[in-house]
Amino acid sequence: MLDGQPVAVSETGDKMLVELYRRYAGDYPKFFKMDTLCRLGFIAAEILINEEMRKCENEKMVNAIILANRSASIKNDKDYLATISDGNYYPSPSLFVYTLPNIVTGEIAIRHHIQGETAFYILDNPEQLEPIVQSTITNDPYGASRSEESPITVLCGWLECSAPNEFYAKLQIIWNN
Amino acid sequence: MIYCIGHSIISPLGEGSQANFDAVQAGRSGLKIYTDRFADVEPFCASLFDTPQSFVPLCIKSVEQAIVHCPLSIVQSSDTIFVLSTTKGDNLDLLTPAQTIASHFGNPNPPVVVSNACTSGVCAQITAQRLLEAGLYKQAVVIGCDIQTRFIVSGFQSFKALSPEPCLPFSPDRKGLNLGEAAATIIYSREPIADNQPPCWTLETGSIHNDANHISAPSRTGEGAYQCLKDVMAGTTPSRIDLIGVHGTATLYNDAMEQIALERAGLQDVPKSMLKPFFGHTMGAAGVLETILCVLMAKNDKMVNVIKMLSGFGGVNAAIRLKIED
Repeated sequence: MLDGQPVAVSETGDKMLVELYRRYAGDYPKFFKMDTLCRLGFIAAEILINEEMRKCENEKMVNAIILANRSASIKNDKDYLATISDGNYYPSPSLFVYTLPNIVTGEIAIRHHIQGETAFYILDNPEQLEPIVQSTITNDPYGASRSEESPITVLCGWLECSAPNEFYAKLQIIWNN
Repeated sequence: MIYCIGHSIISPLGEGSQANFDAVQAGRSGLKIYTDRFADVEPFCASLFDTPQSFVPLCIKSVEQAIVHCPLSIVQSSDTIFVLSTTKGDNLDLLTPAQTIASHFGNPNPPVVVSNACTSGVCAQITAQRLLEAGLYKQAVVIGCDIQTRFIVSGFQSFKALSPEPCLPFSPDRKGLNLGEAAATIIYSREPIADNQPPCWTLETGSIHNDANHISAPSRTGEGAYQCLKDVMAGTTPSRIDLIGVHGTATLYNDAMEQIALERAGLQDVPKSMLKPFFGHTMGAAGVLETILCVLMAKNDKMVNVIKMLSGFGGVNAAIRLKIED
Protein backbone atom coordinates (compact mmCIF):
# COMPACT_ATOMS: atom_id res chain seq x y z
CA MET A 1 0.00 0.00 0.00
CA LEU A 2 1.20 3.51 -0.76
CA ASP A 3 -0.78 6.38 0.83
CA GLY A 4 -3.68 3.97 1.30
CA GLN A 5 -3.66 2.78 -2.32
CA PRO A 6 -2.59 -0.79 -3.16
CA VAL A 7 0.62 -1.27 -5.14
CA ALA A 8 0.23 -4.05 -7.70
CA VAL A 9 2.73 -6.92 -7.46
CA SER A 10 2.89 -10.27 -9.21
CA GLU A 11 5.58 -11.99 -7.10
CA THR A 12 5.65 -12.97 -3.41
CA GLY A 13 8.35 -13.16 -0.74
CA ASP A 14 11.89 -12.08 -1.57
CA LYS A 15 11.03 -12.12 -5.29
CA MET A 16 8.45 -9.42 -4.63
CA LEU A 17 11.15 -7.21 -3.12
CA VAL A 18 13.28 -7.70 -6.24
CA GLU A 19 10.25 -6.91 -8.42
CA LEU A 20 9.63 -3.69 -6.50
CA TYR A 21 13.33 -2.84 -6.63
CA ARG A 22 13.29 -3.11 -10.44
CA ARG A 23 10.19 -0.94 -10.65
CA TYR A 24 11.06 1.79 -8.10
CA ALA A 25 14.89 1.88 -7.99
CA GLY A 26 16.76 -0.30 -10.48
CA ASP A 27 20.01 1.66 -10.38
CA TYR A 28 21.51 0.41 -7.13
CA PRO A 29 23.20 -3.00 -7.53
CA LYS A 30 24.22 -2.99 -3.84
CA PHE A 31 20.59 -3.99 -3.24
CA PHE A 32 21.49 -7.54 -4.21
CA LYS A 33 24.15 -7.76 -1.49
CA MET A 34 21.65 -6.87 1.21
CA ASP A 35 19.87 -9.29 3.54
CA THR A 36 16.07 -9.45 3.48
CA LEU A 37 15.54 -6.93 6.31
CA CYS A 38 17.68 -4.37 4.46
CA ARG A 39 16.00 -5.10 1.12
CA LEU A 40 12.63 -4.63 2.78
CA GLY A 41 13.59 -1.35 4.43
CA PHE A 42 15.39 -0.10 1.33
CA ILE A 43 12.36 -0.69 -0.91
CA ALA A 44 9.80 0.67 1.55
CA ALA A 45 11.91 3.80 2.05
CA GLU A 46 12.50 4.16 -1.68
CA ILE A 47 8.82 4.09 -2.55
CA LEU A 48 7.81 6.41 0.29
CA ILE A 49 10.59 8.99 -0.07
CA ASN A 50 10.23 9.18 -3.85
CA GLU A 51 6.49 9.72 -3.51
CA GLU A 52 6.99 12.34 -0.81
CA MET A 53 9.54 14.23 -2.91
CA ARG A 54 7.20 14.15 -5.89
CA LYS A 55 4.37 15.58 -3.80
CA CYS A 56 6.35 18.12 -1.81
CA GLU A 57 8.91 19.12 -4.40
CA ASN A 58 11.80 18.59 -2.01
CA GLU A 59 10.35 20.82 0.66
CA LYS A 60 10.65 18.27 3.41
CA MET A 61 13.80 16.25 3.04
CA VAL A 62 13.97 13.28 5.38
CA ASN A 63 16.87 13.88 7.78
CA ALA A 64 16.34 11.19 10.41
CA ILE A 65 15.48 7.48 10.44
CA ILE A 66 13.90 5.68 13.40
CA LEU A 67 12.88 2.06 12.87
CA ALA A 68 11.77 -0.73 15.16
CA ASN A 69 10.71 -4.36 15.32
CA ARG A 70 10.41 -7.32 17.70
CA SER A 71 12.93 -9.75 16.31
CA ALA A 72 16.02 -7.58 15.60
CA SER A 73 18.07 -9.23 12.82
CA ILE A 74 17.02 -12.82 13.60
CA LYS A 75 16.59 -14.01 10.01
CA ASN A 76 20.11 -12.97 9.05
CA ASP A 77 21.49 -14.10 12.41
CA LYS A 78 20.30 -17.61 11.51
CA ASP A 79 21.86 -17.35 8.04
CA TYR A 80 25.19 -16.41 9.64
CA LEU A 81 24.85 -19.21 12.23
CA ALA A 82 24.60 -21.69 9.36
CA THR A 83 28.12 -20.61 8.26
CA ILE A 84 29.58 -21.54 11.65
CA SER A 85 27.67 -24.77 12.23
CA ASP A 86 29.53 -27.74 13.69
CA GLY A 87 31.62 -29.55 11.13
CA ASN A 88 31.05 -26.78 8.59
CA TYR A 89 32.88 -23.79 10.09
CA TYR A 90 33.39 -21.07 7.53
CA PRO A 91 32.24 -17.73 9.02
CA SER A 92 31.04 -15.30 6.37
CA PRO A 93 31.99 -11.64 6.89
CA SER A 94 29.45 -10.53 4.29
CA LEU A 95 26.66 -12.19 6.29
CA PHE A 96 28.07 -11.14 9.67
CA VAL A 97 27.82 -7.43 8.84
CA TYR A 98 24.04 -7.79 8.49
CA THR A 99 23.61 -9.37 11.94
CA LEU A 100 22.66 -5.99 13.42
CA PRO A 101 19.17 -4.56 12.94
CA ASN A 102 20.40 -0.97 12.53
CA ILE A 103 22.32 -1.81 9.34
CA VAL A 104 19.12 -1.13 7.42
CA THR A 105 19.05 2.43 8.76
CA GLY A 106 22.60 2.82 7.44
CA GLU A 107 21.64 1.44 4.01
CA ILE A 108 18.74 3.90 3.74
CA ALA A 109 20.94 6.75 5.02
CA ILE A 110 23.57 6.02 2.36
CA ARG A 111 21.01 5.79 -0.42
CA HIS A 112 19.29 9.09 0.48
CA HIS A 113 22.31 10.96 1.94
CA ILE A 114 20.70 11.25 5.35
CA GLN A 115 23.30 12.45 7.89
CA GLY A 116 20.94 13.10 10.77
CA GLU A 117 19.95 10.64 13.44
CA THR A 118 19.51 6.95 12.69
CA ALA A 119 18.22 4.58 15.35
CA PHE A 120 16.79 1.09 15.70
CA TYR A 121 14.63 -0.06 18.63
CA ILE A 122 13.40 -3.50 19.62
CA LEU A 123 9.89 -3.16 21.02
CA ASP A 124 6.89 -5.30 21.84
CA ASN A 125 4.55 -3.47 19.47
CA PRO A 126 4.44 -0.54 17.01
CA GLU A 127 2.45 1.67 19.42
CA GLN A 128 5.53 1.82 21.63
CA LEU A 129 7.47 3.55 18.89
CA GLU A 130 5.21 6.60 18.82
CA PRO A 131 6.38 8.27 22.06
CA ILE A 132 9.98 7.54 21.10
CA VAL A 133 9.58 9.29 17.74
CA GLN A 134 7.61 12.15 19.27
CA SER A 135 10.19 12.73 22.00
CA THR A 136 12.94 12.66 19.38
CA ILE A 137 11.16 15.37 17.41
CA THR A 138 10.26 17.59 20.38
CA ASN A 139 13.20 17.06 22.74
CA ASP A 140 15.89 18.23 20.44
CA PRO A 141 17.07 21.39 22.19
CA TYR A 142 20.32 21.96 20.36
CA GLY A 143 19.13 21.03 16.92
CA ALA A 144 20.78 17.64 17.17
CA SER A 145 20.20 15.47 14.13
CA ARG A 146 19.35 18.39 11.87
CA SER A 147 20.82 21.57 10.54
CA GLU A 148 19.22 24.79 11.74
CA GLU A 149 17.63 25.56 8.40
CA SER A 150 15.69 22.33 8.04
CA PRO A 151 13.27 21.06 10.68
CA ILE A 152 13.54 17.42 11.71
CA THR A 153 11.70 15.14 9.28
CA VAL A 154 11.69 11.49 10.35
CA LEU A 155 11.29 8.38 8.29
CA CYS A 156 9.94 6.01 10.91
CA GLY A 157 8.05 2.79 11.32
CA TRP A 158 7.99 -0.94 11.85
CA LEU A 159 10.22 -3.25 9.89
CA GLU A 160 10.05 -6.95 10.67
CA CYS A 161 11.68 -9.92 8.99
CA SER A 162 11.50 -13.12 11.01
CA ALA A 163 12.07 -15.68 8.21
CA PRO A 164 13.17 -15.59 4.53
CA ASN A 165 9.68 -14.97 3.16
CA GLU A 166 8.00 -13.61 6.27
CA PHE A 167 8.27 -9.86 6.50
CA TYR A 168 6.25 -6.73 7.16
CA ALA A 169 7.03 -3.05 6.70
CA LYS A 170 4.95 -0.02 7.62
CA LEU A 171 6.84 3.23 7.27
CA GLN A 172 5.78 6.85 7.41
CA ILE A 173 7.31 10.30 7.25
CA ILE A 174 6.65 12.62 10.19
CA TRP A 175 7.84 16.19 10.63
CA ASN A 176 7.73 18.95 13.17
CA ASN A 177 5.75 22.03 12.24
CA MET B 1 19.09 17.71 31.62
CA ILE B 2 18.61 14.56 33.71
CA TYR B 3 20.29 13.37 36.90
CA CYS B 4 22.19 10.15 37.50
CA ILE B 5 21.04 8.76 40.86
CA GLY B 6 22.74 5.38 40.75
CA HIS B 7 25.15 3.28 38.71
CA SER B 8 27.00 0.00 38.65
CA ILE B 9 29.48 -1.99 36.58
CA ILE B 10 30.04 -5.75 36.61
CA SER B 11 33.00 -6.79 34.51
CA PRO B 12 35.80 -9.35 34.62
CA LEU B 13 37.73 -6.69 36.57
CA GLY B 14 35.24 -6.64 39.41
CA GLU B 15 31.79 -5.92 40.73
CA GLY B 16 30.67 -2.37 41.33
CA SER B 17 31.66 0.91 39.71
CA GLN B 18 34.23 1.68 42.40
CA ALA B 19 35.92 -1.73 42.12
CA ASN B 20 36.22 -1.27 38.37
CA PHE B 21 37.52 2.27 38.79
CA ASP B 22 40.12 1.04 41.29
CA ALA B 23 41.18 -1.74 38.92
CA VAL B 24 41.74 0.75 36.10
CA GLN B 25 43.62 3.11 38.42
CA ALA B 26 45.84 0.18 39.42
CA GLY B 27 46.47 -0.60 35.75
CA ARG B 28 44.76 -3.99 35.80
CA SER B 29 43.40 -5.30 32.53
CA GLY B 30 40.80 -8.00 31.93
CA LEU B 31 42.38 -8.92 28.59
CA LYS B 32 43.69 -12.47 28.21
CA ILE B 33 44.39 -14.89 25.39
CA TYR B 34 41.69 -17.55 25.00
CA THR B 35 42.57 -20.67 23.07
CA ASP B 36 39.65 -23.03 23.65
CA ARG B 37 36.72 -20.95 24.91
CA PHE B 38 34.65 -21.54 21.75
CA ALA B 39 34.81 -24.53 19.39
CA ASP B 40 36.54 -23.92 16.02
CA VAL B 41 37.34 -20.29 16.86
CA GLU B 42 41.01 -19.34 16.51
CA PRO B 43 42.80 -18.11 19.65
CA PHE B 44 41.77 -14.55 20.51
CA CYS B 45 42.49 -11.86 23.09
CA ALA B 46 39.47 -10.65 25.04
CA SER B 47 38.15 -9.66 28.46
CA LEU B 48 35.77 -12.42 29.53
CA PHE B 49 34.31 -13.59 32.85
CA ASP B 50 36.20 -16.63 34.20
CA THR B 51 32.86 -18.39 34.62
CA PRO B 52 30.61 -17.83 31.61
CA GLN B 53 27.66 -15.64 32.65
CA SER B 54 24.03 -15.70 31.62
CA PHE B 55 22.64 -12.49 30.18
CA VAL B 56 19.51 -11.95 32.29
CA PRO B 57 20.96 -12.78 35.74
CA LEU B 58 23.97 -10.57 34.98
CA CYS B 59 21.73 -7.62 34.07
CA ILE B 60 19.58 -8.17 37.16
CA LYS B 61 22.66 -8.19 39.39
CA SER B 62 23.87 -4.99 37.77
CA VAL B 63 20.54 -3.23 38.39
CA GLU B 64 20.46 -4.50 42.00
CA GLN B 65 23.87 -2.94 42.61
CA ALA B 66 22.85 0.34 40.96
CA ILE B 67 19.75 0.81 43.10
CA VAL B 68 21.52 0.40 46.42
CA HIS B 69 21.37 4.15 47.04
CA CYS B 70 17.85 4.68 45.66
CA PRO B 71 14.49 3.74 47.13
CA LEU B 72 13.58 0.28 45.82
CA SER B 73 10.15 1.67 44.89
CA ILE B 74 11.81 3.52 41.98
CA VAL B 75 12.35 0.41 39.87
CA GLN B 76 8.82 -0.86 40.56
CA SER B 77 7.18 2.46 39.74
CA SER B 78 4.99 3.01 36.70
CA ASP B 79 6.94 6.30 36.39
CA THR B 80 10.08 4.29 35.56
CA ILE B 81 11.06 2.88 32.18
CA PHE B 82 13.67 0.16 31.58
CA VAL B 83 15.96 0.83 28.61
CA LEU B 84 18.25 -2.01 27.55
CA SER B 85 21.28 -1.47 25.33
CA THR B 86 22.53 -4.63 23.67
CA THR B 87 23.59 -5.92 20.27
CA LYS B 88 23.05 -9.68 20.60
CA GLY B 89 21.03 -9.95 23.82
CA ASP B 90 20.47 -13.40 25.25
CA ASN B 91 21.38 -15.85 22.50
CA LEU B 92 20.15 -13.46 19.72
CA ASP B 93 16.92 -12.62 21.55
CA LEU B 94 16.80 -8.95 22.56
CA LEU B 95 13.19 -8.35 23.56
CA THR B 96 12.43 -11.27 25.90
CA PRO B 97 15.40 -10.64 28.22
CA ALA B 98 14.43 -6.97 28.54
CA GLN B 99 10.87 -7.99 29.46
CA THR B 100 12.15 -10.59 31.92
CA ILE B 101 14.42 -8.05 33.64
CA ALA B 102 11.70 -5.39 33.91
CA SER B 103 9.15 -7.83 35.29
CA HIS B 104 11.73 -9.29 37.70
CA PHE B 105 11.79 -5.86 39.35
CA GLY B 106 8.01 -5.58 39.23
CA ASN B 107 8.10 -2.77 36.68
CA PRO B 108 4.80 -2.54 34.75
CA ASN B 109 6.02 -0.70 31.62
CA PRO B 110 7.04 -2.44 28.39
CA PRO B 111 10.83 -1.97 28.15
CA VAL B 112 12.65 -0.25 25.29
CA VAL B 113 15.62 -2.03 23.70
CA VAL B 114 18.12 0.12 21.82
CA SER B 115 20.06 -1.81 19.17
CA ASN B 116 22.16 0.76 17.37
CA ALA B 117 25.34 -1.33 17.03
CA CYS B 118 28.27 -0.19 19.17
CA THR B 119 26.69 3.22 19.86
CA SER B 120 23.74 1.58 21.69
CA GLY B 121 24.94 2.44 25.21
CA VAL B 122 25.14 6.16 24.47
CA CYS B 123 21.97 6.11 22.33
CA ALA B 124 20.10 4.41 25.20
CA GLN B 125 21.04 7.30 27.52
CA ILE B 126 19.85 9.80 24.89
CA THR B 127 16.56 7.89 24.54
CA ALA B 128 16.17 7.92 28.33
CA GLN B 129 16.80 11.67 28.42
CA ARG B 130 14.14 12.34 25.80
CA LEU B 131 11.51 10.13 27.43
CA LEU B 132 12.14 11.80 30.80
CA GLU B 133 12.24 15.34 29.43
CA ALA B 134 9.05 14.72 27.45
CA GLY B 135 7.41 14.06 30.82
CA LEU B 136 6.53 10.46 29.97
CA TYR B 137 8.51 8.98 32.86
CA LYS B 138 10.30 10.24 35.96
CA GLN B 139 13.10 7.68 36.04
CA ALA B 140 14.91 5.44 33.56
CA VAL B 141 16.97 2.35 34.32
CA VAL B 142 19.52 2.17 31.50
CA ILE B 143 21.24 -1.23 31.29
CA GLY B 144 24.05 -2.02 28.87
CA CYS B 145 25.06 -5.65 28.46
CA ASP B 146 26.61 -8.05 26.01
CA ILE B 147 27.98 -11.56 26.55
CA GLN B 148 30.64 -12.84 24.18
CA THR B 149 29.69 -15.88 22.14
CA ARG B 150 31.05 -18.08 19.39
CA PHE B 151 28.75 -16.11 17.06
CA ILE B 152 30.32 -12.71 17.81
CA VAL B 153 33.96 -13.77 18.07
CA SER B 154 33.85 -15.80 14.84
CA GLY B 155 32.21 -12.86 13.07
CA PHE B 156 34.80 -10.31 14.16
CA GLN B 157 37.55 -12.80 13.28
CA SER B 158 36.07 -13.24 9.81
CA PHE B 159 36.10 -9.45 9.55
CA LYS B 160 39.81 -9.47 10.46
CA ALA B 161 39.04 -6.77 13.02
CA LEU B 162 40.60 -8.48 16.07
CA SER B 163 44.05 -7.79 17.47
CA PRO B 164 45.89 -10.96 18.53
CA GLU B 165 47.31 -9.04 21.50
CA PRO B 166 46.03 -6.35 23.91
CA CYS B 167 44.74 -3.44 21.85
CA LEU B 168 46.50 -0.08 21.48
CA PRO B 169 43.92 2.66 20.86
CA PHE B 170 45.18 5.73 18.98
CA SER B 171 48.66 4.18 18.70
CA PRO B 172 50.41 4.06 15.31
CA ASP B 173 51.05 0.37 16.11
CA ARG B 174 47.40 -0.53 16.66
CA LYS B 175 46.35 -3.84 15.11
CA GLY B 176 42.64 -4.07 15.84
CA LEU B 177 40.18 -4.49 18.65
CA ASN B 178 39.63 -6.91 21.52
CA LEU B 179 36.15 -8.01 22.49
CA GLY B 180 34.88 -7.88 26.05
CA GLU B 181 31.83 -8.64 28.14
CA ALA B 182 30.23 -6.69 30.95
CA ALA B 183 26.98 -5.35 32.33
CA ALA B 184 26.57 -1.76 33.46
CA THR B 185 23.57 0.21 34.71
CA ILE B 186 22.84 3.91 35.12
CA ILE B 187 19.64 5.13 36.77
CA TYR B 188 18.56 8.54 35.55
CA SER B 189 15.97 10.77 37.12
CA ARG B 190 14.19 13.90 35.94
CA GLU B 191 14.65 15.42 39.40
CA PRO B 192 17.46 14.94 41.91
CA ILE B 193 16.19 12.81 44.78
CA ALA B 194 16.21 14.96 47.91
CA ASP B 195 16.90 12.35 50.57
CA ASN B 196 19.37 10.54 48.37
CA GLN B 197 23.06 11.21 47.99
CA PRO B 198 23.75 14.16 45.68
CA PRO B 199 23.40 13.26 41.98
CA CYS B 200 26.54 11.68 40.56
CA TRP B 201 26.33 13.73 37.37
CA THR B 202 23.89 15.26 34.95
CA LEU B 203 23.40 14.25 31.34
CA GLU B 204 23.24 17.61 29.60
CA THR B 205 22.67 16.74 25.97
CA GLY B 206 23.22 14.09 23.35
CA SER B 207 23.33 13.68 19.59
CA ILE B 208 23.23 10.88 17.01
CA HIS B 209 24.37 11.21 13.38
CA ASN B 210 24.92 8.84 10.50
CA ASP B 211 27.94 9.10 8.18
CA ALA B 212 25.75 7.99 5.24
CA ASN B 213 28.96 6.59 3.81
CA HIS B 214 29.46 2.85 4.42
CA ILE B 215 27.72 0.16 6.51
CA SER B 216 30.90 -1.26 8.04
CA ALA B 217 33.71 1.27 7.43
CA PRO B 218 34.01 4.56 9.34
CA SER B 219 33.79 7.79 7.35
CA ARG B 220 37.16 9.13 6.21
CA THR B 221 36.05 12.67 7.06
CA GLY B 222 34.57 11.72 10.43
CA GLU B 223 31.40 13.52 9.35
CA GLY B 224 28.86 11.84 11.64
CA ALA B 225 31.14 11.93 14.69
CA TYR B 226 32.00 15.58 13.96
CA GLN B 227 28.31 16.52 13.71
CA CYS B 228 27.65 14.79 17.06
CA LEU B 229 30.52 16.67 18.71
CA LYS B 230 29.32 19.95 17.21
CA ASP B 231 25.82 19.35 18.58
CA VAL B 232 26.90 18.47 22.11
CA MET B 233 29.32 21.44 22.14
CA ALA B 234 26.46 23.89 21.55
CA GLY B 235 26.48 26.42 24.37
CA THR B 236 30.03 25.63 25.48
CA THR B 237 33.60 25.87 24.17
CA PRO B 238 36.46 23.36 23.74
CA SER B 239 38.42 25.04 26.55
CA ARG B 240 35.62 24.17 29.00
CA ILE B 241 35.65 20.44 28.16
CA ASP B 242 37.87 18.58 30.63
CA LEU B 243 37.80 15.00 29.35
CA ILE B 244 36.62 13.11 26.28
CA GLY B 245 35.93 9.39 26.45
CA VAL B 246 36.68 8.36 22.88
CA HIS B 247 35.46 5.10 21.37
CA GLY B 248 39.08 4.09 20.68
CA THR B 249 38.49 0.56 19.43
CA ALA B 250 42.10 0.42 18.15
CA THR B 251 41.08 -0.53 14.64
CA LEU B 252 43.06 1.39 12.05
CA TYR B 253 40.08 3.24 10.60
CA ASN B 254 37.97 3.93 13.68
CA ASP B 255 40.70 5.74 15.58
CA ALA B 256 41.79 7.71 12.50
CA MET B 257 38.18 8.75 11.93
CA GLU B 258 37.76 9.87 15.54
CA GLN B 259 40.99 11.86 15.41
CA ILE B 260 39.74 13.73 12.34
CA ALA B 261 36.35 14.42 13.96
CA LEU B 262 38.01 15.67 17.17
CA GLU B 263 40.33 17.98 15.19
CA ARG B 264 37.43 19.33 13.15
CA ALA B 265 35.56 20.10 16.39
CA GLY B 266 38.64 21.81 17.90
CA LEU B 267 38.87 19.19 20.65
CA GLN B 268 42.23 17.64 19.76
CA ASP B 269 43.98 19.10 22.84
CA VAL B 270 41.41 17.94 25.41
CA PRO B 271 42.58 14.96 27.55
CA LYS B 272 41.20 11.65 26.26
CA SER B 273 40.14 8.50 28.04
CA MET B 274 40.50 5.14 26.28
CA LEU B 275 39.16 2.15 28.18
CA LYS B 276 39.31 -0.70 25.65
CA PRO B 277 42.77 -1.86 26.88
CA PHE B 278 41.13 -2.66 30.25
CA PHE B 279 37.71 -4.03 29.26
CA GLY B 280 37.93 -4.80 25.56
CA HIS B 281 35.04 -3.66 23.38
CA THR B 282 32.00 -4.54 25.46
CA MET B 283 29.60 -3.65 22.61
CA GLY B 284 26.14 -2.90 24.04
CA ALA B 285 27.67 -2.31 27.48
CA ALA B 286 30.44 -0.01 26.24
CA GLY B 287 28.51 3.27 26.23
CA VAL B 288 27.13 2.74 29.73
CA LEU B 289 30.30 1.29 31.29
CA GLU B 290 32.62 3.88 29.74
CA THR B 291 30.32 6.78 30.69
CA ILE B 292 30.44 5.74 34.35
CA LEU B 293 34.23 5.29 34.37
CA CYS B 294 34.88 8.56 32.50
CA VAL B 295 32.84 10.43 35.10
CA LEU B 296 34.57 8.68 38.01
CA MET B 297 37.97 9.48 36.52
CA ALA B 298 37.00 13.10 35.87
CA LYS B 299 35.58 13.44 39.38
CA ASN B 300 38.78 12.04 40.85
CA ASP B 301 40.71 14.80 39.09
CA LYS B 302 38.18 17.52 40.03
CA MET B 303 37.04 17.87 36.44
CA VAL B 304 33.54 19.06 35.54
CA ASN B 305 32.63 18.66 31.85
CA VAL B 306 32.92 15.30 30.07
CA ILE B 307 32.03 14.12 26.57
CA LYS B 308 31.54 10.44 25.74
CA MET B 309 31.55 9.44 22.07
CA LEU B 310 30.96 6.16 20.20
CA SER B 311 30.71 4.95 16.62
CA GLY B 312 29.44 1.75 15.13
CA PHE B 313 28.43 -0.43 12.21
CA GLY B 314 25.65 1.01 10.10
CA GLY B 315 27.60 4.30 9.95
CA VAL B 316 26.12 5.51 13.23
CA ASN B 317 27.84 7.88 15.66
CA ALA B 318 26.69 9.19 19.02
CA ALA B 319 27.95 11.59 21.69
CA ILE B 320 26.73 12.89 25.04
CA ARG B 321 27.93 15.71 27.29
CA LEU B 322 27.89 15.19 31.03
CA LYS B 323 28.45 17.56 33.92
CA ILE B 324 29.75 16.55 37.31
CA GLU B 325 27.97 18.24 40.20
CA ASP B 326 29.84 19.34 43.30
